[in-house]
Amino acid sequence: MISQSHTRTGAVRGAAHAASRGRRTGRWTAAAFLAPLIVYLLVFYAYPLYRNIDLSLHDYTPRAFIQGDAEFTGLDNYRAILSDDTFLRALRNTAVFTLASIAAQYAIGLALAVFFHRNFRLSGVLRALFLVPWLLPLIVSASTWSWLLNSDNGIVNAALQAFGIGQINWLTSPGTSLLAVTIANIWLGVPFNLVILYAGLQNIPSDLYEAAGLDGAGPWQRFTRITFPLLRPVSLITLLLGLIYTLKVVDIIWIMTRGGPADASTTLAIWSYREAFGTGQPDFSPAAAVGNLLILIAFVAGLAHVRLQREETA
Amino acid sequence: MKTRHVKTARSGWKTALGVVLAGVMLFPVYWMVNVSLTKTRDLRADPPHWFPWNPTFEGYADALGQQLPALATSLFIGLGTVVVTLVVSLPAGFALARLRPRGTRLLDFLLLAAQMIPAVVMAMGFYAVYLRLGLLNTVWGLIVADSTLAVPFGVLLFRAFMAGIPAEVLAAAQIDGASTWRAFRSIVLPLSRNSVITVSLFAFLWAWSDFIFASTLNRSSDVIPITLGIFRYIGNNTTQWNSIMATAVIASLPAAVLLVLAQRYIAAGVTAGAVKD
Repeated sequence: MISQSHTRTGAVRGAAHAASRGRRTGRWTAAAFLAPLIVYLLVFYAYPLYRNIDLSLHDYTPRAFIQGDAEFTGLDNYRAILSDDTFLRALRNTAVFTLASIAAQYAIGLALAVFFHRNFRLSGVLRALFLVPWLLPLIVSASTWSWLLNSDNGIVNAALQAFGIGQINWLTSPGTSLLAVTIANIWLGVPFNLVILYAGLQNIPSDLYEAAGLDGAGPWQRFTRITFPLLRPVSLITLLLGLIYTLKVVDIIWIMTRGGPADASTTLAIWSYREAFGTGQPDFSPAAAVGNLLILIAFVAGLAHVRLQREETA
Repeated sequence: MKTRHVKTARSGWKTALGVVLAGVMLFPVYWMVNVSLTKTRDLRADPPHWFPWNPTFEGYADALGQQLPALATSLFIGLGTVVVTLVVSLPAGFALARLRPRGTRLLDFLLLAAQMIPAVVMAMGFYAVYLRLGLLNTVWGLIVADSTLAVPFGVLLFRAFMAGIPAEVLAAAQIDGASTWRAFRSIVLPLSRNSVITVSLFAFLWAWSDFIFASTLNRSSDVIPITLGIFRYIGNNTTQWNSIMATAVIASLPAAVLLVLAQRYIAAGVTAGAVKD
């Protein structure tokens, strides 16, 4: 790739005027094709992001929001959220929700991918059915789970009752609400993990397994010696995407518990959403500060991933 | 002969286990359909009815009576989002794959970084911008906001696909004197049909499913998409769960249609970018 473009520049440098003019028009053509994207990124990503930083550095009351005369307060908003009681709670909840979700999604997704790896009767159809949770609108899944876990009339409690377990207030007691939204989120994320890991398995050469079989390796050995190590790059990207996606989850938690009761299922993303849009009194400045903190966490995770990948290829 | 018999027996066992696992996974979906067909007075039955023996369509009548405008709004927003996504990402994917523009690496990085930004953050930025532009509580504002869910994905997918078009095909067009635009329009676009379908399906599905942008940028509007319709429904009457679940079933129809008609495009979309060959 690199050497190709080198010879290309060399050729162009040696060529006559006409060629360099052609190259220049080529560059303009490329720019023209890219223009819609660049304008789009500037207007709909860069500017909202800039506004978000601007919000976090000023004290925007709803009135100042409309009039645009908010007072500049520097890092006060960040100081305020870091010393807020909700912060440690939300950080802990975010960590529990995210790590438990991606660990369980990955483990279940990998087990299913290995299960479906060798084709059997109906395997294609069954694999397609596993995509359903991922394709449903989140509001549909979240409201369905709310009813499944309903204290008085939910099927989950009815089933537990059959085993003599008393009523659990899944969504309304502080001890279980985070667990409840985590379970729903794991269910949502399994299909994505299954599809990616399954595709990764298809790329492992099958003669490796045949050779291992001839050497007398059992299924467990084949998994730990071949499948798992060779799947490492795919596993890493799956976990990273899961992490980035789970950090920003709002819908499922907001619809099921609104972060409650008493902040028991409030993550950083929920905290930010609630401050800005969840109450009658929008408070955009701290919400923006929390949001920027989330971006920072996702970014650090991304960098860690790039680092890991480099080590892999080095 | 004997080994073959053992093999089918073993794979039959796998099929049986697969059916059970899929059943467990899809139980919430079954339950949604079951509740949507249950009579209001049976909703509080203890133990709950496992199967809608005498189904009722009250729930669906309620849902359609109240949510039909919201369904139409969601359809319009979904289609609008597809158009915006394609217009922005098709030429960009072509340029990145074929025209070797400057700053390719920077754009790659930006497109990846864009996907890390939480939707809450985007929603606040859009809220601030739309407040000034008077785009709050409009369908157009929502179309633009929803397209941000799909544009980075679209660019990356088109780029990956178009990079795979054989160079000879394009070179032939250049010899014929076709301009780059003509080559793009009459050669690259027709060849990219499958990836256009994949991106359109996802853009539509994401816009149709969007809750965060709708609940922030459109929250005091009369014209609301179906996701917000269901959310308000839950808030208003928590007793009518059969109607809520009926609305949820109807809102799931596009996903079901996509799964049946376009499964291979979906699998192509999920794995794009995540797995390198």
